[in-house]
Amino acid sequence: MTQKTVQEVHRVVIRFAGDSGDGMQLTGDRFSTATAVFGNDLSTLPDFPAEIRAPAGSLFGVSGFQIHFSDEDILTPGDRANVLVAMNPAALKTSLVDLAPAGVIIANSDAFTEKNLERAGYSSNPLKDDSLSGYQVYEIPMTAMTLEAAASVEGLTKKEAERGKNMFALGLVSWMYSRPTDVTERWIQKKFGGKPAVMAGNLAAFRAGHAFGETAGLFAAQYVVKPASNAPGRYRNVTGNAATAWGLVAASGQAGLPLFFASYPITPASDILHELSRLKNFGVRTFQAEDEIAAAGAAVGGAFGGHLSATATSGPGMDLKEEALGLAAILELPLVVVDVQRAGPSTGLPTKTEQGDLMIAMYGRHGEAPVPVIAPRSPADCFGAAIEASRIALKYRTPVIVLSDGFLANSAEPWLIPDPASLPDISIAFATEPNHDGEFWPYLRDENLARPLAVPGTRGLQHRIGGLERADGRGNVSHDPANHERMIRMRAAKVAKIADDIPPLEVDDPSQSAEILVIGWGSSWGAIREACRRVRDAGKKVARAHLFYLNPFPRNTGEVLRRYQRVLVPEMNNGQLVKLIRAEFLVDAKSFAKAQGLPFRAGDIETEILKRV
Amino acid sequence: MVEGNGAVGTQAALTKKDFESDQEVRWCPGCGDYAILSAVQSVMPTLGIEPHKVVVVSGIGCSSRFPYYMNTYGMHSIHGRAATIATGLATARPDLSVWVVTGDGDALAIGGNHLIHTLRRNVNLTILMFNNQIYGLTKGQLSPTSERGKVTKSTPFGSVDQPFNPIALALGAEGTFVARALAVDRPHLTGVLSRAAAHRGTSFIEVYQNCNIFNDGAFDMLTDKAHKVQNQIRLEHGKPIRFGERDERAVVQLRDGSLKIVEAGSVAEGEILVHDEHRGEPSLAFALAHLSTGPTMPTPIGIFRDVERPVYGDDVERQLVAAQAKLGAGDLGKLLMSGDTWEVK
Repeated sequence: MTQKTVQEVHRVVIRFAGDSGDGMQLTGDRFSTATAVFGNDLSTLPDFPAEIRAPAGSLFGVSGFQIHFSDEDILTPGDRANVLVAMNPAALKTSLVDLAPAGVIIANSDAFTEKNLERAGYSSNPLKDDSLSGYQVYEIPMTAMTLEAAASVEGLTKKEAERGKNMFALGLVSWMYSRPTDVTERWIQKKFGGKPAVMAGNLAAFRAGHAFGETAGLFAAQYVVKPASNAPGRYRNVTGNAATAWGLVAASGQAGLPLFFASYPITPASDILHELSRLKNFGVRTFQAEDEIAAAGAAVGGAFGGHLSATATSGPGMDLKEEALGLAAILELPLVVVDVQRAGPSTGLPTKTEQGDLMIAMYGRHGEAPVPVIAPRSPADCFGAAIEASRIALKYRTPVIVLSDGFLANSAEPWLIPDPASLPDISIAFATEPNHDGEFWPYLRDENLARPLAVPGTRGLQHRIGGLERADGRGNVSHDPANHERMIRMRAAKVAKIADDIPPLEVDDPSQSAEILVIGWGSSWGAIREACRRVRDAGKKVARAHLFYLNPFPRNTGEVLRRYQRVLVPEMNNGQLVKLIRAEFLVDAKSFAKAQGLPFRAGDIETEILKRV
Repeated sequence: MVEGNGAVGTQAALTKKDFESDQEVRWCPGCGDYAILSAVQSVMPTLGIEPHKVVVVSGIGCSSRFPYYMNTYGMHSIHGRAATIATGLATARPDLSVWVVTGDGDALAIGGNHLIHTLRRNVNLTILMFNNQIYGLTKGQLSPTSERGKVTKSTPFGSVDQPFNPIALALGAEGTFVARALAVDRPHLTGVLSRAAAHRGTSFIEVYQNCNIFNDGAFDMLTDKAHKVQNQIRLEHGKPIRFGERDERAVVQLRDGSLKIVEAGSVAEGEILVHDEHRGEPSLAFALAHLSTGPTMPTPIGIFRDVERPVYGDDVERQLVAAQAKLGAGDLGKLLMSGDTWEVK
């Protein structure tokens, strides 16, 4: 065995890319787990096509998974990869733009056949010509070596054996970056426990990849990325969708109400439904409706029945749910609506991310129907966002929109697991007695302008609510013009008043003398923070703020904006928050908008800031 | 004491008054809806379910004003969506008796999708669909049950739309309780309502209801003195289907499975179809639904089908109970710790 040198590095970005059937998401996910267990901080970016099994070898069928890991805190999945694992020519072609100069390419040379090269639009084999001379290229016949490794496994078909090539790649990269192997091996054993031959084949492939790295003369060095110095405690990896689902379960517990979750399958929100459907022992009732409209309607029904009621969707479903949102707004019923935004309009780019739904969340209903809107900033932040949305919904008897997105939904980050005992009490009191001369008036308001909720089944408090305008207090239908205007203002005032019940907007300005403020919302948090870090490392001053509460804005938002000479608003859309800020605060904020279906690169924002400091 | 429709009954002596709200009823004078409201209010106390256990959910349209007049819990919701809201409520709260009041436009046009899926799931609801074969609240356009050729504001040259047969539609969607009644025949209507309330699962009742403003007389052939005896085919479980002044007409099944109206004297007594509400196989009920293409000819009235099938909310509840029995009550701390975790010191 050749003795390899071990080099320490601080951060690495690896991109696994292959056909959508090559198991790249799985490979990336397993590498992430091993990396997290090892103690590195990390951020991931799954990037896959809308087609489940696109034609083999095609450019549009390439599925990628990028992971950024480090010995210090990580904010983004990384601008450019240091290492590209390309399982075929199409994967190489589509991913090369994301590879850093002089980066490493590990290519499955077996897949660089004439047919695959042609499908990817190569006129000559890039592994053989000098087009990749700016990179370190390793050609490895992964398919052949995987087949050879599994040759002794009995009962394994050639097709099954070949499918283990992603495990070969995983083994090889695990060796390169000194990842622990036991975590992955245990997972393979568990995953394929019911199919001993497939398990043995995958294990053999994984070990062969690892051993190949160790023994082949190909690689001069092995790399180590030391564990990050995160706060002490127990950690796990979590995706935004899982955190959202668990946040709703936590909110149900903290409210002391059963969770009713109605949804219709839609990318990229379906995993929330999948996760909650498993958790029946938490008393979670899930309902897969016939359409988005019915899901929202059923959620209104569940809310009327006194459950913590929620629904989740993405843009196309949001269009359809606005009808029920308007009803819940006029009824004043608590309802949580999670919009996992994707690139629109219409079907748009179903598997790609975007922040395009801020305006529909704010103004998507006919008539005057303001609702609170919040936006988590990272995958783990979705947990707290689901609880906070539930708190606001229950306390103020209003629908609340949570703007997650495709990036948060599918990407993972390490999460310091919260202690359930530390979560806030969000319980509310239902009406049990008449509140007006022996009668129950459903629209008598408390100091928060919230109305009493009497749950069906409560003796003596029978009442009727509806979508027709009604007089305040008693709640009878009213067509009185002055009353209608009063009710519009009452509902708006109630939502606006929530600003008294949320924390002020924090500003990160270590210099205390920056002239430019960068303000964002939602999943661009990591990229904006990383960009500001780089600008400051370059000796320039920049202030940064991030809005979790989009409606109402924190009370000090205007004051913060006016403190700076220049305001830059990076968004993954065509400029939406910037319009709200300009309209609300008369501040000459500038937009930096990007809408390519992918998260910002920190470098994009860094460049924009540097143009202005 | 009725347990079919969600709420467990009580022995408290209730009266019609207990189900009347203090709101002034605002349908047009002479509207058929008054009779249905009064019938429902008079049936409710006989079910032994207290008003606070009853929820009436409606969509939009004339019929959908109904909840305001009931001293129960109620929601006047969105056009077409009452079934969705009621489905959520009945699934979350199987202890309630949930009623949906809707119309031919609300249930069959804008809400058609929800209606068929509610029936397929067999959610524990009682759906009263008032069919007046016209849009009333929007002032007289054709509805999905308006007859071909009908001249309305939106069809000045006559309708070229094929109408729905609501009973056939409900049967086609695997409805477990499907019935038709007449707003003006109170004893029959209250009988059907009682049976619907006792049925566990979705009960669908089409109520022919006259709109005296925009479609007056649509059901005269079934309701006026001169014609009703000739045209009402009363379905009674276990009895041969005969009708007419002297029961002189009868329904028989042909070799191809279809049904036909014949002179009773022209066939042997044994050939006359005997009505069986509980027949599991729906094709005979479907054939009965197609005996008439509209209320201007001999038309079956009564319960077409009343069968047992698993109820959506009950099965949801069973899964929760089973999961808790197997795994214990959910523990958030354990859930968050599940899967791969690691310690940072």
